[in-house]
Amino acid sequence: MNPRRKKRLAIVSSVLIGIGAIAGLVLYALSQNIDLFYTPSEITSGKKETGIKPVIGQRIRIGGLVVPGSVKRDPESLKVSFQLSDMVMPIVFNEGDPVVTVYYEGILPDLFREGQGIVANGTLAEHPPTGLSVEASEVLAKHDENYMPTELAEAAGQKHEKANYTPEQLNTK
Amino acid sequence: MWKWLHPYANPEVSYHLTNKLLPWFSYLAAIFLSIGLVWALLFAPADYQQGDSFRIFYVHVPAASLSMGIYVSMAIAAFSSLVWQVRLADASAAAMAPVGAAFTAIALITGSAWGKPMWGTWWIWDARLTSELILLFLYLGVIALHSAFEDKNLAGKAAGILTLVGVINIPIIKYSVEWWNTLHQGSTVSKLGKPSMSLDMLWPFIFCFIGFSLLVGVIICLRFRNEILARNSIRPWVRELVEQKTQ
Repeated sequence: MNPRRKKRLAIVSSVLIGIGAIAGLVLYALSQNIDLFYTPSEITSGKKETGIKPVIGQRIRIGGLVVPGSVKRDPESLKVSFQLSDMVMPIVFNEGDPVVTVYYEGILPDLFREGQGIVANGTLAEHPPTGLSVEASEVLAKHDENYMPTELAEAAGQKHEKANYTPEQLNTK
Repeated sequence: MWKWLHPYANPEVSYHLTNKLLPWFSYLAAIFLSIGLVWALLFAPADYQQGDSFRIFYVHVPAASLSMGIYVSMAIAAFSSLVWQVRLADASAAAMAPVGAAFTAIALITGSAWGKPMWGTWWIWDARLTSELILLFLYLGVIALHSAFEDKNLAGKAAGILTLVGVINIPIIKYSVEWWNTLHQGSTVSKLGKPSMSLDMLWPFIFCFIGFSLLVGVIICLRFRNEILARNSIRPWVRELVEQKTQ
């Protein structure tokens, strides 16, 4: 390589490395803020590294798995409540895990079911019997990266039933 | 390797190379895409949760990974153009940018169409979606810079610098779903070890992916060829070519 090319190579590479380092540091500094949501344990005990904890009345997003058996629907309206626990792999639900109850009124996304990952948007509130709750204005389903044909899923004991709404329920909205 | 690569820095040699490659790319792309898409859209089993909506996966994932792949190749071209001043590298980067922008747009649009029924929203500002949108803006910036200057060398230099700066975005897109909490799911196919997909769903994907990659090859070859001719229009070999064609 002749000296001019060597010089250009050095300049271009050092600029690239410099930008890479800057971007890395910026992202590291922002890393907690880029998270889309709080997990239930982060709401109850604060973020792992910074200890930041959302306060009551704050608008937050919460993400977690719907605890099986916790979904309660009001038969007269679209009101629904369910509990979220941390998303951990493999999926296990223990008694003592931190859970946050979510209250919502509206039609849930197609993928909503027990054991499904959910992201809900709303205000944090105190709810004496169960601890903390979120009054959600929006509930989004988080799909995981697993794709399975129906037969295989049934064989593995996974079932997905869509929520069935009665006409009266749909009329309330 | 340099000795082997060196002749292709000559526009005429490269032009004839694209002519030779083009039929291969076109026929293979047609074969792979027709097998892959028919298999994926009609015969692959439906997903246990999403039903038939998951089939958008077969377009979305190839488009998204190609949008990143094209960007990396564009960056390699920009790098060699800045360091070794290979003029053809600029031409190839200019040929690749609109293709990459189109695939980024396809990935964003298909993802959004899937997100509405599955997640419940068209768009969310999570790390994956936002960084992919930034990729689209980078492509648009590169295209704009390529056409902003009368002098093609100057344009190539400006666009090349933007391309190289934007490379930082690629690992961010790739690892966004691992580094941060996002609504977007983690990667299915490119996971180390076992892909999280059953084999009768994975095989059509492989065909689609190869098919779309070859299609990108076809489009880039066509655009690169035009770019070479446009940039060398005063050279004698291009004139000869035109005269041969018109006779």
